[in-house]
Amino acid sequence: MTDDDIRRAFLEDLVSVAPDIDPATVQDSDHLQDDLEIDSMDFLSLIAALHTRFGLPIPEADYSRLATPGAAVTYIAAQLR
Amino acid sequence: MGLFVMPSLGADMEEGTLVEWLVSLGDTVARGDVVAVVETQKGAIEIEVFEAGEVTALEARPGQTLPVGAPLARIGVAEEGDPPPPDPAQPAAPQESPSPTPPEIPPDSPVETPSVPAPEIPVAPPVEAPDAPPPEMPPDAAAPPASPAARVRADKAGLSLASVLGSGPDGAILLADVDRHLEVMAEKPTQPRIDMGEMRKAISAAMVRSKREIPHYYLAHSIDLQPATDWLAETNANRPPDSRLLMGALFLQATVRALAKTPELNGVFTQNRFVPSTAVHAGLVVALRGGGLIAPAIRDAETLRLDALMIAMRDIVARARIGRLRNSELTTGTVTVSSMGETGAGELYGIIYPPQVALVGFGAPRRRPWVMDDAVVPRNAVTVTLAADHRVSDGRRGARLLTEIEHLLMEPATL
Repeated sequence: MTDDDIRRAFLEDLVSVAPDIDPATVQDSDHLQDDLEIDSMDFLSLIAALHTRFGLPIPEADYSRLATPGAAVTYIAAQLR
Repeated sequence: MGLFVMPSLGADMEEGTLVEWLVSLGDTVARGDVVAVVETQKGAIEIEVFEAGEVTALEARPGQTLPVGAPLARIGVAEEGDPPPPDPAQPAAPQESPSPTPPEIPPDSPVETPSVPAPEIPVAPPVEAPDAPPPEMPPDAAAPPASPAARVRADKAGLSLASVLGSGPDGAILLADVDRHLEVMAEKPTQPRIDMGEMRKAISAAMVRSKREIPHYYLAHSIDLQPATDWLAETNANRPPDSRLLMGALFLQATVRALAKTPELNGVFTQNRFVPSTAVHAGLVVALRGGGLIAPAIRDAETLRLDALMIAMRDIVARARIGRLRNSELTTGTVTVSSMGETGAGELYGIIYPPQVALVGFGAPRRRPWVMDDAVVPRNAVTVTLAADHRVSDGRRGARLLTEIEHLLMEPATL
């Protein structure tokens, strides 16, 4: 799975928990909480969706490594390797 | 014969637009069934029926904008010996008798209805008397009259004519009616349908009324959150993301439990008196992206254990985001809880959501210097605030609520 595939999948899950976000406008450097206004409930739903899709445990201690779409793609790619 | 009317989803609501019928003529409905979707200032709201029986007429057509109180449908009362099945969502409701007033009000938490005078708020146009000769379809309208073209079009689209409202002679369904119905169906909200301008108006109306009518008093209390923080981390470490808990669920649970000891803070103030509620219908403030907020109530929150409460929170937040809340969730709250979340301001002073009498606010938890056993140590701490109605309670009772919340959060495993 390439980084582009992961990015596409990440955006799909992001929009599923936050249907009012237009994926075309999301930048890799956008902060999920500060820029995209993802609250803790949305974030948990996003983590749950990624967990289901990728089969990764994503413990709470790792949450800070998914602070932006760019960081999340890097994190997921590293975990899948 | 019961009349199902455009419900009031708050003192600020004047009208709503019927988006869709979820029942057809001849369907049997039970108390609590979702029968229609109505577009309001607060998004598309699923409307429940509070009477059991058979749908004998659909008076409104999808796309129509109608004032609060306008008839939407007629429901034939269930036959003798065929009582409505008990509704698990309404265990505390002793009244089953049909009521001439909008019956979506549980007996334990009356809220303002269109019949309550509210002079400062624009009044809805006169409501058609329920006894007026109804432009009703024949009772056996399960197979309504329809033009041949309409039948063909509906057949092709796989649409049951029973769900289409006719505009022709004797309620006959015309081709245009089928087209209109299909159009509305095609427009089913895949995107949130919340109009931010309208929502701002709704918030404004409720908050202005609150500040004008309710003599607020405010209290704040800082709580050592380290025990809850540690317990939560430990609990979540062993759980998959789907079943993890949020601190917000602990806050809500502690508040709901604490309210049992301070009944003056849970209920509604209506017609110049306070009506306490034994059930806690906990309004949860959900901030929407792009501004605006909505506070749907988790009904009977006092009956839910922590995990069930967390599930209820996830469900209600998700539905608030896509605009699929139910009218009972918008009109029956008995208290409101607002949390800043994990980041943001450290203290939150709310405005009470009328006709409620209290709002509990949780700021963002922070590591702070904390005095323990004569030493200053870093601890995770949160400031909880209370905005309460001085007509109903005083500072001492308010403080009792906050210290009780503290005690509960100090022993998170008991929540």
